[in-house]
Amino acid sequence: MDYRTTSDAPTSQERAAVDSLLGEPDSKWSGATDRSAADDHVAYGGFHGAAANRHLLLPALHAVQDAIGWVSHGALNYISSRLPVPPAEAYAVATFYDLIETDPMPPRVARVCNDIVCSSGAGALLIDDLESTIGPAGTPNGDGMWVTSPCLGHCEKGSAAFIQRAGEEAITIAPATVSAVADILDGAEIDSIAHPVLPQSVPNWTKAREMGPEAVIDEVKASGIRGRGGAAFPAGVKWEAVAQAAGDKYVVCNADESEPGTFKDRHVIDTNPIAVVEGLAICGYAVGATKGYIYIRGEYREQERALDDALAAVDLEFDIEIRRGAGAYICGEETALFNSIEGFRGQPRQKPPYPTEAGIFGRPTVVNNVETLAAIGGIIRDGGDAFAQLGSAESTGLKLFCVSGDVASPGTFQVEFGVTARELISLAGGVVGDLTAVLTGGAAGSFIEEPHFDVPMTFEDTRDAGISLGSGAIMVFNANVDMDAVSRRIAEFFAHESCGLCVPCRVGTAQQLEIVDRIVSGADSAKDRHDLDNVGWVMRDASICGLGQTAGNAIESAIRIGLVGRDR
Amino acid sequence: MIETVVPSPKLVSIDINGQSVLAPVGSTILDACRKNNIDVPTMCFLETLSPFDACRLCVVEVAGSRTLVPSCSREIEGGEEIITESERITNTRRTLYEMYASTVDLSLADVDTVRWMDHYNVDPERFGAFEAKRDVKVQDDLYIRDYDKCVLCYRCVAACGTEAQNTFAIDIVGRGMSSEISTEYDITLPDSACVYCGNCIGVCPTGALMFKSEYDMREAGTWDEDRQTITTTICSFCGVGCSLDLHVQDNRVVKVTSPLDHDVANGHLCIKGRFGYAYLQEEE
Repeated sequence: MDYRTTSDAPTSQERAAVDSLLGEPDSKWSGATDRSAADDHVAYGGFHGAAANRHLLLPALHAVQDAIGWVSHGALNYISSRLPVPPAEAYAVATFYDLIETDPMPPRVARVCNDIVCSSGAGALLIDDLESTIGPAGTPNGDGMWVTSPCLGHCEKGSAAFIQRAGEEAITIAPATVSAVADILDGAEIDSIAHPVLPQSVPNWTKAREMGPEAVIDEVKASGIRGRGGAAFPAGVKWEAVAQAAGDKYVVCNADESEPGTFKDRHVIDTNPIAVVEGLAICGYAVGATKGYIYIRGEYREQERALDDALAAVDLEFDIEIRRGAGAYICGEETALFNSIEGFRGQPRQKPPYPTEAGIFGRPTVVNNVETLAAIGGIIRDGGDAFAQLGSAESTGLKLFCVSGDVASPGTFQVEFGVTARELISLAGGVVGDLTAVLTGGAAGSFIEEPHFDVPMTFEDTRDAGISLGSGAIMVFNANVDMDAVSRRIAEFFAHESCGLCVPCRVGTAQQLEIVDRIVSGADSAKDRHDLDNVGWVMRDASICGLGQTAGNAIESAIRIGLVGRDR
Repeated sequence: MIETVVPSPKLVSIDINGQSVLAPVGSTILDACRKNNIDVPTMCFLETLSPFDACRLCVVEVAGSRTLVPSCSREIEGGEEIITESERITNTRRTLYEMYASTVDLSLADVDTVRWMDHYNVDPERFGAFEAKRDVKVQDDLYIRDYDKCVLCYRCVAACGTEAQNTFAIDIVGRGMSSEISTEYDITLPDSACVYCGNCIGVCPTGALMFKSEYDMREAGTWDEDRQTITTTICSFCGVGCSLDLHVQDNRVVKVTSPLDHDVANGHLCIKGRFGYAYLQEEE
């Protein structure tokens, strides 16, 4: 290898974990302990050789993390020499992600959700119980430890814990109880997870290939389907742009669902993983893609297995690879997602160029959300016009909404675009207790008040009303909820998830948290309110990506409506 | 015989502050501003490195864009209507400088930063006065690293990596406000891949990276730029011909830099050019 490492060597287990992904090294250049005869006569190098395996960096870090529970200096050196990647850069990538640990950790770590919905309901009790029975967060107890986590995407269940287990599969339990978490941290055996029987036919995929790429794109354009991930860009326009590009190109399913209060993509994968892979294959076929990627958040292990099963169940004759995130909300941003897949820190890129011009590996790329791709099969089956009959003029089709918090039956609801927040809350069984606040669109969305409960939830109506549809999250809070704590948690979320690249977001999210802290504790001044407004404005106007641009929305709306500091 | 003709880039018309100017397609808005003597502040941008889009101080208004646009990286297509000074821009730049000032020690920031902070009436304590957090890293006889002064502009990482030295000893580690420049596992520079070219020092805008000779003199209170002269010469260690600017105080070399606009090295040197001056001032 051309890069210098320290003399820290991997243990045999660490070496085996990396080799299970990359195979045995074939020369001392690529990490073998012994020199082979060929090593005396060859040198592997050049830019292509040096850069070709960079994209395997995050999978290699995962391999060690999964097997050992953390990535030691020796393990990092071995990964660096195998790929090769400079050790400083490999370390930079490892430290970017919450789920990759670079300090010694006990073999079992429970990440317990204390985000917006969980912390205002059963999750708060769970955390209190964990503190009294296991001990404080971040303190090892035997071979286990628990820490708090951002939203795990199980909001309708009230509490959730994602548990990493060295040498065994990571699992999520939701709703989580203190005894279940404690048992797993103690090393309790988990029943192996059943693999559901999946349909083996993909009729829409077959039909799409009979139609031909142009006809598929025409139907997708005729359907008017807009992206369901939050940005609402017309999918057909993206597809057409990439279809017209020459050379290698890629399609990506964005399954990095991490917006607090959002769990619809998890629901889609749980109930119909075939539709997701079928939709991605149709997209790849229509645009003439070289390959498809599914980028799934690192905490969705069960869903990752479901997608893996789906790919095994059907023969798509299209190369699709699943890539696992590692605990970083920002990687749901499409350009950060590209960097993550390519093996770099999951930081966004300045746009333009847009992904349709320069995406993964600098090539034209379509990125669509899980829910968007899952709808493609139906568009092929029934035609774009049939899809466009549903919903409104600019927001066609059906939409999944995630209603959580203080409602009688929280869950995922599939409805026509145009339903109002009030109707969605009623679909979810109505408010439990006295309604205090509703947050739509997730942490990047905004709190709504009358008369906005009756605004049709379409892209155009919410835009005109100045409220957020976003990913379709509707979080309901009753009078028992401490809205100061909710607001603080939102500010904390963004300060934790800011990638740190651009100054308005890196410093702005931290300042927002400090100011909200002062407001909820009653130590604020008139200047603080002005500063909070100004920081929000600068984040929105000058940040490099959507994270910073939306990080002030919910807090600003909470203050405008008077949800923060009410009890003083 | 095949003659290679390099086509001159197509010139297009753009509008800056109401004035129509011509600029090559693919050049940046910042290029066009500077060519037309329109001053725009920058922090992370450096002419010899690729834009990093981090500081956002160079933002301008471009008609049709929802948000402000970083002028250092936005390439001109033609027909853009650009505004480089407005209340919106002033407010953003002032707040950005105030964000820096509350989180970074800007006491040794470059003259441009000082000038722009003055221009925008920056209140450095608006978000609270800066509080020292980290110890200065002194791990060898050549450099010091004082990351309380680091603005995370990424220039040093780029210069250490593919943009100059290809050594890859440092990178940004962590995330958000916990981000910092580091070697792997924070090992010392002598243990790391560092080859002591000092190109990271050469590009640092805030004095976070510094010659140890300068640091020691500042600590002793003897550093005095008014008493320094700069002698431009050519490095004699090899045949490349890098330009050296020897900063001399009291007849001793106290620092070596290299001009950015010198097309042999673009301001980058190696350990010999940067630090190989000791023999000049050995007593015997």
